[in-house]
Amino acid sequence: MYQSFLIKYGEIAIKGKNRHLFEDALCKHIAHALKPVDGEFEIWKEQGRIYVDAKGDYDYEHAIAAMTKVFGVVGVCPLVQVEDEGYEKLVEEVISHLKEVYGEKEMTFKVVSRRARKNYPMNSNEINMDMGEKILDAFPNMKVDVHHPDIYVNIEIRQKINIYTENIPGPGGMPVGSNGKAMLLLSGGIDSPVAGYMIAKRGVSLEATYFHAPPYTSERAKQKVIDLAAIVARYSGPIKLNVVNFTDIQLYIYEKCPHDELTIIMRRYMMKIAEHFAKENNCLGLITGESIGQVASQTMQSLAATNDVCTLPVYRPLIGFDKQEIVDVSEKIDTYETSILPYEDCCTIFVAKHPVTKPNLNIIKRSETNLAEKIDEMVETAINTTETIMVEAK
Amino acid sequence: MQVYLDNSATTKVSPGVVEIMTKAMTEDYGNPSSLHNMGLYAENYIKKAKEQIAKTLHCEEKELLFTSCGTESDNLAIIGSAMAYQRSGKHIITTKIEHPAVGSTMKYLEELGFEVTYLDVDQDGIIDLKQLEDAIREDTILVSVMYVNNEIGAVEPIAKIGALIKEKNPATLFHVDAIQAYGKFRIYPKQDKIDLLAVSGHKIHGPKGVGFLYVKDKTKLKPIIHGGGHQRGLRSGTENVPGVAGLGQACEDIYKNFDENIQKMYDLRDYFIGRLQEIEGVSVNGKTTHENAPHIISVSVPGVRSEVLLHTLEEKGIYVSAGSACSSNKPAISATLKAIGLSKDKLESTVRISMCENNTKEEVDYTCDVLKEVIPVLTRFVRR
Repeated sequence: MYQSFLIKYGEIAIKGKNRHLFEDALCKHIAHALKPVDGEFEIWKEQGRIYVDAKGDYDYEHAIAAMTKVFGVVGVCPLVQVEDEGYEKLVEEVISHLKEVYGEKEMTFKVVSRRARKNYPMNSNEINMDMGEKILDAFPNMKVDVHHPDIYVNIEIRQKINIYTENIPGPGGMPVGSNGKAMLLLSGGIDSPVAGYMIAKRGVSLEATYFHAPPYTSERAKQKVIDLAAIVARYSGPIKLNVVNFTDIQLYIYEKCPHDELTIIMRRYMMKIAEHFAKENNCLGLITGESIGQVASQTMQSLAATNDVCTLPVYRPLIGFDKQEIVDVSEKIDTYETSILPYEDCCTIFVAKHPVTKPNLNIIKRSETNLAEKIDEMVETAINTTETIMVEAK
Repeated sequence: MQVYLDNSATTKVSPGVVEIMTKAMTEDYGNPSSLHNMGLYAENYIKKAKEQIAKTLHCEEKELLFTSCGTESDNLAIIGSAMAYQRSGKHIITTKIEHPAVGSTMKYLEELGFEVTYLDVDQDGIIDLKQLEDAIREDTILVSVMYVNNEIGAVEPIAKIGALIKEKNPATLFHVDAIQAYGKFRIYPKQDKIDLLAVSGHKIHGPKGVGFLYVKDKTKLKPIIHGGGHQRGLRSGTENVPGVAGLGQACEDIYKNFDENIQKMYDLRDYFIGRLQEIEGVSVNGKTTHENAPHIISVSVPGVRSEVLLHTLEEKGIYVSAGSACSSNKPAISATLKAIGLSKDKLESTVRISMCENNTKEEVDYTCDVLKEVIPVLTRFVRR
C-alpha cells in the first residue's frame, strides 16, 4: 500500500554547515541497506527531508527492517503521497487511508498538519480542526486525544501532500563513516560486538582485531568471531578483520612472567598489536568491551595497566554497563546467540585461579623486562603473519 | 599426511555404497509407495536392503524398520516399547554409560513417570550381572544396554545379559544399542535374546541420515512418528530409498572378509597401545585386551586438555575426538569416563582414537611419533 517512506533523522539536522555531508552519508547507507531487498528504490532529498520511493513491487517488511537498522535513522514513516486536488479530495484521501490501515479499530488520534507551502488556502490549525472533525464523523470508534494519542495523523502540505500515521523507530545515532574509523578488539564474547555496535552507532566505521591461539583455540572459535563481525557489519558496514596468531607470545609470557600477571601482560600486548594495526589503517582510536569490575582484568587498576601501553584513545562504551544490560543490547542486535557458543577464547586458556586484581604498573613493567630477549621479534612476527579478512554483513 | 582416527564419529562412505545410492537417486528415483512401476523399482531397493541386513543378523526381513539415524532407532525402541507396555509396568533398567541417544531418552521417560534404574560399571566399563539380576523386577518392562561403549570401547556381556533377563522375567524386553558394535561383532539377536537392536548407517561406511531398528517378531511398539502409515505404521514417512539402499550395501560389505578385518584391527590396536604406552604421560583407559572392541582406544594425557590435544593433532593432519564426539562441542564431562572412575585430571584430558579396517601401521606410527613430539611441549604449558 505504501510506495514512499519519509526518513526521520535527528541530530544530523543540527550539524550546521556539515549537514549535507551527514545527509549524503545517510542516503548512501540507506541505499546500501536496501540493496539486498527485493525491489527498486530511489532515495532523494527535499528541503531537509530524505525520502525513499519504491518503484513497483517490493518487499515491504524487509525494506523496513533494512532501513531501521541504519545508524542516523530515527524513524521511518511509510507515507501516502497525493497530488493537491483541493481540500475535499484531501479529506477523502485521508479517510480512505485510515480505513485501509486501521479499519474500525478503537483508538485515539491527533491531526498534525504542516504547511511548507504557505499559499495553501487553509492554515495548519484550520486543517487540524476540520480534518479532526471529518475523521470523528467517519470513524465512530475513534476519539481525539491531543496529549497522548495512539496515532498522529500527519499531513504535510508540500509540492505534493504527504499523509502518514506510523513512525517505525530506527536506531538513531549518526551515519557510519561520518565520524572516522576505530579499531575494535573483537573476542568471541558477548561484550565486544556490543561495544563495536555502540561506537558504530555514533557514526564511526569499524575495523577489528581478533587474537587466536591455535591449538588452544579452535578453528570454530575463529569462525565464530567472523560470524560476529558479519552481524555487527549489518549496522556498521563491512569490517576489515585482522586475525593475529597470538600463541607464541602467550606461551612466552606464560614461561617468563608471574602467573597471576599473565592476563594483564597478555592484554597489554594485545592492545599494542591492535594499536599497531589501528595506526597503520588510520583509525582514530581503539574500542574494547570492558566494563569496570566485570572480571579481574577489568578492575580500575587493571584497566589503567592495559591502557598504559596505548597512545591512541581507548573507547570503552560499556564501561558503566552491568552484564545484563550488555546482554540486552546483544540480544537486540542479534549477536547474543552467536556469542554464547561454547568455544574457548584465548583470554581464558591459561587464566590463573587467582589473578591479580590490583596490578601495580611498576611491578608489571618489571615483569615484562623478563620478555626483553624475544618479545619484540615475536610481536613483529605476529604482525607480519596476521591474516586479513574482509567481513561483509550477513 | 592425513590420518583419520575418528571412525566412531563417522566413516568414509565406500564407493560401492555411493554407486548404488547414485543409481537410486538418478535413475530409480520413484516413491516406493507409488502404484506405478517407478514406485516398484524404488521399493525393490528397500527389499534388497532388508535381505542384505537380515542375512547379517540371521533374522527375518519383516523384523527390520528403517529410521533416520541411530538416535531415532534408540528412541523408537525405548519410547515405543515403554508406551506399548506401560500397563505391564513402568520400570526400566539401563546403564550409566549409555550414549545420550539412550541416556536422554531415559530422562525423558522419567519425566513421564517411568522409573529408571541406572547400573554401575567397573573401571573397564563393564556392568555387574549380579546388580542387573537384583534390579529386574516383575514390573520391569525393558532393559537397555549398549553392546560397545562409544567412548572407551568396553564390550558388555550381551549374551549373558539376554539370558539373565529372560530367566528372571521373560516378559522384560531387551534393547541393545549396537551402533558401535554392528560390523565389529557378529550379532545374532535371536541367539542373544535381544528384542530390539539399534544400528546406524554412517558408522560402517554407509551414508548419514539412515539407520535401522531390529524389532523381534511379535514385539509391540507404539510409533513415535505418525503419518501415512509407512513401514506398517511404525515409522511413517516416505522411505529414504537412496539411504536405505546405501545402508543395505554397507551392511553387506562390512561382513565381507569379516574375520580377517577384525583380526587386522585387533593387531593394529595392540600395536597402537604398545606404542602409546611407551610415551611418557600417556595412559590408556579400559581393557587393552581383545575383550575390548577392536576399533576404539581411549587415551588420557593428564595436564593436557582434550581439546588442546585434539587441535594440536589436527594441525598435524590427525583427526581424533575429545570425549564423545557425538555430543557436539559442549565441554561437558563425559558420563562414561566419570562412571569408570577416572580421576579429575584424566576426565578433562581424554581423547578417543577410533579406527576402521582401512587404517594402517604407517598411520599409527606417524600418530605416535607426533604424540611423542607434542606431549612434552603441551604438558609444559598447563593451567596452573
